[in-house]
This record gives sequence, structure tokens and C-alpha cells, in this order.
Amino acid sequence: MKYLFLLHRGADEDLPAPGTPEAMALFNAYREANEAMAAAGVLVDCAPLESVSTATTVRVRNDETLLTDGPAAELKEQVGGYTIVECADLDEAIKWAATLPAAKDASIEVRPVVNVGVPT
Amino acid sequence: MARHKAVDRLRREVQRPAKESSAARELAVTMPNVYHVPMGDDELALIFTCCHPALDRETRVALTLRAAGGLTTSEIAASFLVGEATMAKRLVRAKHKIRAANIAFRVPGTEALPSRLFDVLRVIYLIFTEGHTATSGSELIRGHLCATAVRLARRVAELLPDEAEASGLLALLLLTDARRPARTSPEGDIVLLEDQDRSLWDQQMIQEGDRLLQTALRRGKPGPYQLWAAIAACHSTARSAQDSDWRQIAALYSELLRYEPTPVVEANRAVAVAMAEGPAAGLVILDVVGLHPQLQRWPQLHMARADLLRRLGDTPGATAAYQTALELEPPAAEQAFIHARLRFLLSHEK
Repeated sequence: MKYLFLLHRGADEDLPAPGTPEAMALFNAYREANEAMAAAGVLVDCAPLESVSTATTVRVRNDETLLTDGPAAELKEQVGGYTIVECADLDEAIKWAATLPAAKDASIEVRPVVNVGVPT
Repeated sequence: MARHKAVDRLRREVQRPAKESSAARELAVTMPNVYHVPMGDDELALIFTCCHPALDRETRVALTLRAAGGLTTSEIAASFLVGEATMAKRLVRAKHKIRAANIAFRVPGTEALPSRLFDVLRVIYLIFTEGHTATSGSELIRGHLCATAVRLARRVAELLPDEAEASGLLALLLLTDARRPARTSPEGDIVLLEDQDRSLWDQQMIQEGDRLLQTALRRGKPGPYQLWAAIAACHSTARSAQDSDWRQIAALYSELLRYEPTPVVEANRAVAVAMAEGPAAGLVILDVVGLHPQLQRWPQLHMARADLLRRLGDTPGATAAYQTALELEPPAAEQAFIHARLRFLLSHEK
């Protein structure tokens, strides 16, 4: 079954600046973890997300579309990326989540994905 | 008669698997090849599932009592001091999570077994201590919790015979539970270990616990439960408190600090040192433990200090320490115990 990893991270200013050796090291750590998941045949999709400051929150109330500039909830940790894996059970999913750098720097929320078809 | 007993036992053995698979069904977890798995392993898998670390600790205890221990929701609610509806909701949420997140119904493999077994043993231990030291709840439910913990520990130890800590836990529970008849007075007050009527102790349980512990220790895979059991054995096999090998008990607590470096263990060690080397030596250790601001608020620390001060003949100091303990509002049974000690000190002052 599919599991979604929500990769949390601290504030933007805590991230290493692009082009620095720290940023390269972080990039490589993610690449290694993702390649291992791909090689094991469990990786469905993964991507980092733009900063939460670029987020737009959509709500429809009384047929009117209301937009908020920013995330749905202000939290200390923000979702910085996601990974979707196909695993046999929660233990296997947890094992892979633990290999991602976000698990060490911040936290990863593992959410089972409800299996419903996507319209094509 | 004997034949009837044997028939009863057989009947129970036959009924047992049926009960367990209904518990598993209730959990609504999928059990692949359920008919090809020996029933014992199925039972073990059920316990491991209930104690999965993705569930919070209270939920693990409640779920284990429900699915593996066979307690009713209302019995579990009573022992947790929550309403039945609240407990039912918690159990439903846990079962839903197991199903939705696909928490596997199986005994973990070699790699994960040590840490997962530690979680299982911890849950069984918590069930036991809830029954053993519960601050409220009826005597009946508490006895039920202890018996359930012993039964679960026995099954885990039987099904994982190579795990010394599983046998260690069973030994600990038997050696501790053996003292239950002497732990409270007919009025329901706590009786100190040294004042207990040792003829009330269950010798059969003590012997079984001691035998299990010796076998476990020979495996050369030490751990905290074997150490706790060894300490309990020192108490349970001594003819009187004075006869106990307090030096050995103090040494076992020192060893235990390597696994559980907690002030609680340190305070226990202080009491053992006091018995072996005199109250003053124990007080020195307790004073260091008391430097921890959080433990200042721990009534048992002040109760231990009070007892050592009494042994030193410092009645005013002992009285003050008991009063400090009272101000921290310990459970009712302990409050009654402190009042009794204060009366005792008062009568010996004159």
C-alpha cells in the first residue's frame, strides 16, 4: 500500500544557502536515500516544495473562492517536501522514512494513502 | 474428580485458540495463512501488534488488555479511571489505525526483535504495576490486572524461550506477586516489606520465579528485568528483612543503573546501602538524589528520608520529612501509611 511522507523542516533561514558545501551535502544525502528507495522498487514519487512563503490557501465558502496568502496553519515546522512509497506495511515505510535527512533535522509524518482511483 | 479436571483443562485448551482468533478478528487485522500458523505464534503476533511503537503507550496497554488479555472495555476503563465511552473510543481509534496504516500482524524478524520485545515487556510490566500499585480502582480489578500480566508474561516467555529478558520479566512478576497477600493489612493499609508476615508469601510462586531467574541468568544475556527479578529474589528468599543480603541488593541496584539511570533506581539503592552500611550512608545518596528539582516533588523520596532519619534516632527530622511527603499529596493508601508512621513516631517520642 502507499504511504505519503510529509517532510518537515525548520524555518527557511535555517536551510543552507544554495551553492554552499552544506547545501550540496544535503542534496547528496537526499539523492542517496531516494536512489536506495528506487533501487528497492518502493519509490513512487518525491519532490521538494517551494518555501511556505509562496503558499496560497484556498477555501470555498458560499460558492465564493477565498484565498489566503500563506499556509493553512502557521506551524513552527513547515512541510518542505514529500515522498510517496509503495510498501508492504507500516514497518517497511518507517524503515525508509528513517533514511531521509529530514528525519534527523526535523521530522517526517508518515500517512497511509487511501487507495482510490485517480480519474484519467 | 481428577479426570474431570483434565477434561476441563483440555476444553480450555481447545477453546483458547477460538478466543484468540476472535480477538484478532476484532482487531480486524489481516492474518495471511492463519490456518498454517501455529496458534502460539498467532497469539504472540497479536501481542506484538498491540504493543507496536507506532501506538502511544497508554493505547498499547489498553489494547493489549483488550485483545490479548481478554478484559472487557469497562474493566479497562475502570483501571485507567476513565469513562467506558472514552476507553471505547480510544480502542476503536487504535484498531482503525492498525487497519488503515497496515501495521503488520506478525512477530518481528531477528533485527527488530530486541527493541520490539522490549516494548512488549514494558507493556506487560505496566499492566502489572497498574494492578500492583494502583492508587485506586477496586481490589478485584487490580488482582485481575496482576493475574493478566503474569499470564501474558508466561506466554511470551514460553513462546520466546531463548529470550532471557522475557523469562526475567516473568520471574520478576512471580516473585513480586507472591508477596501480595502480605502487602496490605486487613484494613487495606500498606505493610512495609520488613513488617510483612512472610508466612503469607506464596512459596510456590517464589520457587518458580527463582528457578526461572536462575535459568535466565545462565543464558548470559543480562538485562534490566533479570536484575529487578534478582533483587526481588533477594527479598523473597530471605527469612526476614534483617536476613536479606542488602550488600548484594545494593550491588544489583548499581548494576541496574547502567540500564535505567533514573533517580528512582538511585533512591532504591540508597535504601539498600542504608540497610547494609547504616542509615547515614544511605542518607548521603538520598541527599544527592534530592538535588534534582523534580524529585523534590516526589513523595517517596521524603518517605525514604524519613525512614532513614528514624533509624538514626532523629525523630524530629523524620517527622518533618513525613510531613513534607504528605504536603505533596501522595495516593490515599500512602497517606494512610504516613499517618500511621507519624503516630508511631509520636508514641516513641515520649
